Amino acid sequence: MTTIELRGVTKDYRVRDGMRGSTLRAVDDVSLVLEPGRTIALVGQSGSGKSTIAKMLLQLERPTAGEILLDGKPVPRGRRGRHAYRGQVQMVFQDPFASLNPYHTIGHHIARPIQLHHPRLSRAEVTERVHDLLRRVRLHPAATFAERRPHELSGGQRQRAAIARALAPSPGILVADEPVSMLDVSIRLGVLNLLGDLQRQEDLGVLYITHDLATARHFSDEILVMYKGVIVERGPADDVILNPKHEYTRLLAAAAPNPERRLAELSS
Amino acid sequence: MSVTLSESLEPDAVESREHLPGPTSKRRRARPRLTAKLVVGSAVVAAIVLFAIVGPFVTQNPSAISDVGLQPPGDGHLLGTTQTGQDVFAQLAHATRGSLTIGVVVGVLTVVLSSLFGVIGAYAGGVTDEVFNLFTNIALVIPGLPLVIIISSYVPNKSIWLIAVVLAITGWAGSARVIRGFTLSLRGRDYVLASKVAGERTWRVILVEILPNLIPLLASQFVFAIIFAILGEAGLSFLGLGASNSFTWGTMLYYAQNGLALRLGAWWWFVPPGLLLALFGAALSLINFSIDEAINPKLRSQTRSQRKGWRLTDKQLEAVKEDAL
Repeated sequence: MTTIELRGVTKDYRVRDGMRGSTLRAVDDVSLVLEPGRTIALVGQSGSGKSTIAKMLLQLERPTAGEILLDGKPVPRGRRGRHAYRGQVQMVFQDPFASLNPYHTIGHHIARPIQLHHPRLSRAEVTERVHDLLRRVRLHPAATFAERRPHELSGGQRQRAAIARALAPSPGILVADEPVSMLDVSIRLGVLNLLGDLQRQEDLGVLYITHDLATARHFSDEILVMYKGVIVERGPADDVILNPKHEYTRLLAAAAPNPERRLAELSS
Repeated sequence: MSVTLSESLEPDAVESREHLPGPTSKRRRARPRLTAKLVVGSAVVAAIVLFAIVGPFVTQNPSAISDVGLQPPGDGHLLGTTQTGQDVFAQLAHATRGSLTIGVVVGVLTVVLSSLFGVIGAYAGGVTDEVFNLFTNIALVIPGLPLVIIISSYVPNKSIWLIAVVLAITGWAGSARVIRGFTLSLRGRDYVLASKVAGERTWRVILVEILPNLIPLLASQFVFAIIFAILGEAGLSFLGLGASNSFTWGTMLYYAQNGLALRLGAWWWFVPPGLLLALFGAALSLINFSIDEAINPKLRSQTRSQRKGWRLTDKQLEAVKEDAL
């Protein structure tokens, strides 16, 4: 059971413009809590700081201010602390065509995190777990898929392999950065449902980053709306969608196709 | 919604099975396409390498002097003799071995140096990158010829290895810049981030995730470095700055020039080394082209002959015209 908390996290980037430098505040004073079994959706337009939060959650970037607490304790400095942290927090990347190394097999991608985080397992046990994970993301037959290279798989299959990789260290928290935006519309729901099923089985805390309000409402318990690095609105999913308070949320909600509203417009 | 949920999973699972690639796909990736360029290039290179390995064992002593100077090919001397009666064929065999040795040594050193400075600098970024890049740029502008002239005036007995090291030091920087550029684009890829997130150590990210994707580039840099080294060494030797007491294609040309081979019409003395030099360079370039095509398929798609193949025959053209009328 893992809980992760962002407390007043801020991230500034230095922007060099010739001789002068300025700072860009990508994320401004964001606090959120990821708990087991709960899905939080982070909604916002491109450049609003969603992915920066993901990077900080994965220790790829260090926050300028504020802290990230794992089970109430700050993340230890140094390699060993980061390593333990990464066994608990994993990520599914946006683009399944870029997130798998074209040189390595699918099996390699999933076996490495297992070997890194469970060094005592024998080779046969690792292979067994790889096949088990592939079966769980519904890539049958697992043994065949483990030998394939990424370019031999379709987009949806790759993204499911990427999900299997993220689950390999058996994490408690999963960050999904727009996991279906690069996929064909017809297979998006399948991948999202798979994520939902796995979350229920593993009791994962999920941060679902997206700019799609409809899926955010469907798959998450709580929605946070980000705008220019600030969380402008937060609350239970239905509340945020049905009673948007902030200007930007209303804009987002209005942009989503709404058949009832359209029919009303047509009939009047 | 629950109905759609269970339904949507089913076609997905079916799709997975249908998309199963065939069992042949593993081999397809392992080797580059056998194009005419690659076949011709590899055949010529293989023949010359074989000659360099076997030749020196079956020929006479290349330095042995006899009183039959400037004898044309035939009669005991396959490629005739030099001014002092040395067997040209034996010299050619040893010279091939010498030139190829320099080529391979310089090629290996260049790839090691350039990937060290190119990959590590680009991956680390920041100050390390600045320092490595500055060092690469300095090495890039070190002029090879003056450096060798200076070295040759200090070292009386230059070995073939010394020449190789000098050529490597003056030649690695260009390919380091190419490799750096490619690494810069690789290190930001999602799969590199993903392997960091999985908890890989830095050296493993570089060696296992980034370097394999550089292999085609490294191969082409290696081949290019060999051409550069052999031609460079030939140039140095021709100027009399080459390794002492060694046989390379360059030294053969140097002695032929000194022995007035051209003016005396002794073509069998200077044509064989010159021809092998040109052939080997051309063959390596052919291999390099096919590696480039493997990396960048755009280079491959539209050759003139292929465009011709798409064209309609006169008969078909007539048929199309008639249809249009």
